[in-house]
Amino acid sequence: MERAPGSGRVPRVLAESPSACAPAVSQASLLRLYHRFRALDWNEKGYLSRVDLQQIGALAVNPLGDRIIDSFFPDGSLHLDFPGFVRVLARFRPVDDEDNGNRDPKEPEPLNSRMNKLRFAFQLYDLDRDGKISRQEMLQVLRLMVGVQVTEEQLESIADRTVQEADEDGDGAVSFLEFAKSLEKMNIEQKMSIRILK
Amino acid sequence: MLRAALPLLGLPLAGAGATEEPTQEPGSPGEPPPGLALFRWQWHEVEAPYLVALWILVASLAKIVFHLSRKVTSLVPESCLLILLGLVLGGIVLAVAKKAEYQLEPGTFFLFLLPPIVLDSGYFMPSRLFFDNLGAILTYAVVGTLWNAFTTGAALWGLQQAGLVAPRVQAGLLDFLLFGSLISAVDPVAVLAVFEEVHVNETLFIIVFGESLLNDAVTVVLYKVCNSFVEMGSANVQATDYLKGVASLFVVSLGGAAVGLVFAFLLALTTRFTKRVRIIEPLLVFLLAYAAYLTAEMASLSAILAVTMCGLGCKKYVEANISHKSRTAVKYTMKTLASCAETIIFMLLGISAVDSSKWAWDSGLVLGTLFFILFFRALGVVLQTWVLNQFRLVPLDKIDQVVMSYGGLRGAVAFALVILLDRTKIPAKDYFVATTIVVVFFTVIVQGLTIKPLVKWLKVKRSEHHKPTLNQELHEHTFDHILAAVEDVVGHHGYHYWRDRWEQFDKKYLSQLLMRRSAYRIRDQIWDVYYRLNIRDAISFVDQGGHVLSSTGLTLPSMPSRNSVAETSVTNLLRESGSGACLDLQVIDTVRSGRDREDAVMHHLLCGGLYKPRYRYKASCSRHFISEDAQERQDKEVFQQNMKRRLESFKSTKHNICFTKSKPRPRKAGRKKKDGMANTEATNGKPPRDLGFQDTAAVILTVESEEEEDSDSSETEKEDDEGIIFVARATSEVLQEGKVSGSLEVCPSPRIIPPSPTCAEKELPWKSGQGDLAVYVSSETTKIVPVDMQTGWNQSISSLESLASPPCTQAPAMTRLPPRSLVTEEPQAPLNLPSDLRPSFAFPPSLAKAGRSHSESSADIPQQQELQPLMGHEDHTHLSPGTANSHWCIQFNRGGRL
Repeated sequence: MERAPGSGRVPRVLAESPSACAPAVSQASLLRLYHRFRALDWNEKGYLSRVDLQQIGALAVNPLGDRIIDSFFPDGSLHLDFPGFVRVLARFRPVDDEDNGNRDPKEPEPLNSRMNKLRFAFQLYDLDRDGKISRQEMLQVLRLMVGVQVTEEQLESIADRTVQEADEDGDGAVSFLEFAKSLEKMNIEQKMSIRILK
Repeated sequence: MLRAALPLLGLPLAGAGATEEPTQEPGSPGEPPPGLALFRWQWHEVEAPYLVALWILVASLAKIVFHLSRKVTSLVPESCLLILLGLVLGGIVLAVAKKAEYQLEPGTFFLFLLPPIVLDSGYFMPSRLFFDNLGAILTYAVVGTLWNAFTTGAALWGLQQAGLVAPRVQAGLLDFLLFGSLISAVDPVAVLAVFEEVHVNETLFIIVFGESLLNDAVTVVLYKVCNSFVEMGSANVQATDYLKGVASLFVVSLGGAAVGLVFAFLLALTTRFTKRVRIIEPLLVFLLAYAAYLTAEMASLSAILAVTMCGLGCKKYVEANISHKSRTAVKYTMKTLASCAETIIFMLLGISAVDSSKWAWDSGLVLGTLFFILFFRALGVVLQTWVLNQFRLVPLDKIDQVVMSYGGLRGAVAFALVILLDRTKIPAKDYFVATTIVVVFFTVIVQGLTIKPLVKWLKVKRSEHHKPTLNQELHEHTFDHILAAVEDVVGHHGYHYWRDRWEQFDKKYLSQLLMRRSAYRIRDQIWDVYYRLNIRDAISFVDQGGHVLSSTGLTLPSMPSRNSVAETSVTNLLRESGSGACLDLQVIDTVRSGRDREDAVMHHLLCGGLYKPRYRYKASCSRHFISEDAQERQDKEVFQQNMKRRLESFKSTKHNICFTKSKPRPRKAGRKKKDGMANTEATNGKPPRDLGFQDTAAVILTVESEEEEDSDSSETEKEDDEGIIFVARATSEVLQEGKVSGSLEVCPSPRIIPPSPTCAEKELPWKSGQGDLAVYVSSETTKIVPVDMQTGWNQSISSLESLASPPCTQAPAMTRLPPRSLVTEEPQAPLNLPSDLRPSFAFPPSLAKAGRSHSESSADIPQQQELQPLMGHEDHTHLSPGTANSHWCIQFNRGGRL
């Protein structure tokens, strides 16, 4: 962050990352992210590794920190390049009114759509990537989040109840649709957005 | 309240004995009765409190009358009705007494009527929402109020300069600024009264309402500064005074907030230690909050801010610490007081308006003020919102702005402040009073009446009330963590970052310090939602007539509120079968994790709850019952008495504990006793202290890893009503239970049966086979008395032995999941301990110490002798739990019982 990147280089990288990679993120945000990217990439290797992200102090104490880091590295890849970095963060861009208005229905959903925001959260739960949050997976998340105050059995009860609350087809697991349904009353667009990513 | 409102009526009342209220009987004439009077009026002795009570009664009755008609209250806000009622009453009083009485006295208002309302709103403020919008709230409260005050004051002055205000209003710029400062502040009482009925969306509500609370600091400062400037005379005001004025803004606001937070801290800390005096918990809340108010007032800081912060800050910890009943008490008392105060304020406002002696009407001033406050409020809101929207994730749209502008109601604070003005210093006071009254009436009545239709017409987003679900709660936490993480990754230390930080700090330090251990562990938010859902389910379950499972159903309401086991069982029941109608016992069994534990819990609870009747009704739930007869129960009572006595005497000799002593006794008896014993504990449900050793002190007796948990439970605020459950456990080696049980009947010879897991196991009789049952039942009948004695001994000794034995390493596992670690002779029926019952190990420290120190040594034999006399005829086989690799671990589970 401190090392101001050469003024010539930023546009080049930005040019390298076409809108497909970093869709709809404003130039200012892109620049900001790029600075951050380079600050995180302290040994200038051009990509980020898990270790780079793990070094962010506050992330280490985040109960979901590891999972969130993992979600930056899709499909088990070890390297995170700048477009990938932006693509993940683009989900947290606030939803503009214009986004919904004149969008071409044929175009793919923007990354910051409600469903994509939800999908990001969903895959934090769904460790085995089977498209369902099983009771076990729910329990694991609860264990991370609730901490030590509640006993294991109570956690299990909570997990049971949570799964059953959302489970509509009775398969004992929460599918993505059920997940989205359980949150339909919540303003996800607002809750899962960060203003500075506009 | 009665005392609180005392000066309210007392002051203006002085001497107005017979003339005031139509409701009141005239006092008897003052001539002294010549002799002993049979009947005597003592009106003057009770006058003041009587009138206060009467006023409150009138106000309450008025409320009832208003709400008789749903149509009226749905159209007209209650505050309007109350003001109108006040006007009528004031008119009556004026007509009867020929002078105005019972007005809103500023002293009364600020010291007694305002605090309850502010405390109520601060305490029940949705803190998450409040802090989410803190930026906007602060902006509107500080910048908005300053803007309103200065523009209104200056514009009025301009109006006067332009000659539109009659020259008899003698006021300079400073006077107008002073007036502007008191008239500009949005009033929390009025806003609350109106907006509570309008139900706009919560963001809008919190912004308007938060502003009305927080702007008090600004109002107070402006008012005081302007007032002192006026008193000094504008010529004497120097530049440093202005600086001081600005500085005092910070002092007053931050100081007020700091006072509130300090008291919130004290309050939370105090409630941490009220375990044994539950009854004063609600009182503490009110006392300390009021103390915060008075302290801030004393230091001329912002008292409203202090109480708001106090309520806001303490709630989380206080709610966790105080008992469930206290929580309800706090809630209702607070709401009652606030509603009472609010009612009286509006009524007295109406009455005060009648007093024309304080009035001096000037149309130009009144109309000008009305116009300016509306205009500048709207302008200010638009300007500020424009700025704020640059930073807000969710911008406030035009409709929001309209509601915010229109919702800027003025109220009793302005009125009280204008009454406080000094007429000698401010010659235009009477005009200001009249104008203020008009403004207050206009905003409360006209705006209050129209805001509801306006909101409807503009289609303002209403608040939607939906019940919280576990999923929402959990996912919301997930979102918070995600956002905090993303902010970390992006490197932007924004709101989520700081909130995350704060929560970690809170978790690490504050909660540890301010919450009871036991409370801390269960005050997780997810857990809390789960808990509330369960409560709701349980209630609806009972409402639906959950008589099918009468045994289970019956225990629900009687469970201690925090007893998680109860919730678990309810949930399990309910989620298996949506309604209470088709619950059947098998369903419970299908619940994997809950089933066994549930059985055990049910058993203990039922034992506890159903002990008293002499004849127990067994048919419906025999599966969950120990089949014991009345005889046995009586035995147990006898046993209890004996035990108590014995343990008392035993305590005196506790230095001479012989932990390795093995009690020779009929095997059969010993074992059966164990069974009975555990039952006894659960059954008779006497508080543990009946057993003697719980009394002395609590000692943690386990491995380190368990220590925390144990200390927790020892200070657990489990209420008095708890049973105790003994679970003895040993490794397989010690218990050749199979053999033992086989030889039960044959061998009455004194060989100890070590207190073993089997004891505990059998304690849950439904787990053991019929054969076992038969065995101990028969033995029970044959040797009652010795059995009692021996049970006593078994118990005491086994506990001692457990003390003596080296800390058992498996213990932690056991407390969590007892079934896992139990070696049993009946493998098909593993004992399942309700793990939710918090284990508590309470022994006299010396006892435990002795036990530990001797655990490895063999120096215990001499001590054995000491105990001999107590033991009577029994001879001892030596079975040292230390040497045999049997690790005892006795758990004293203080299970919930009510």
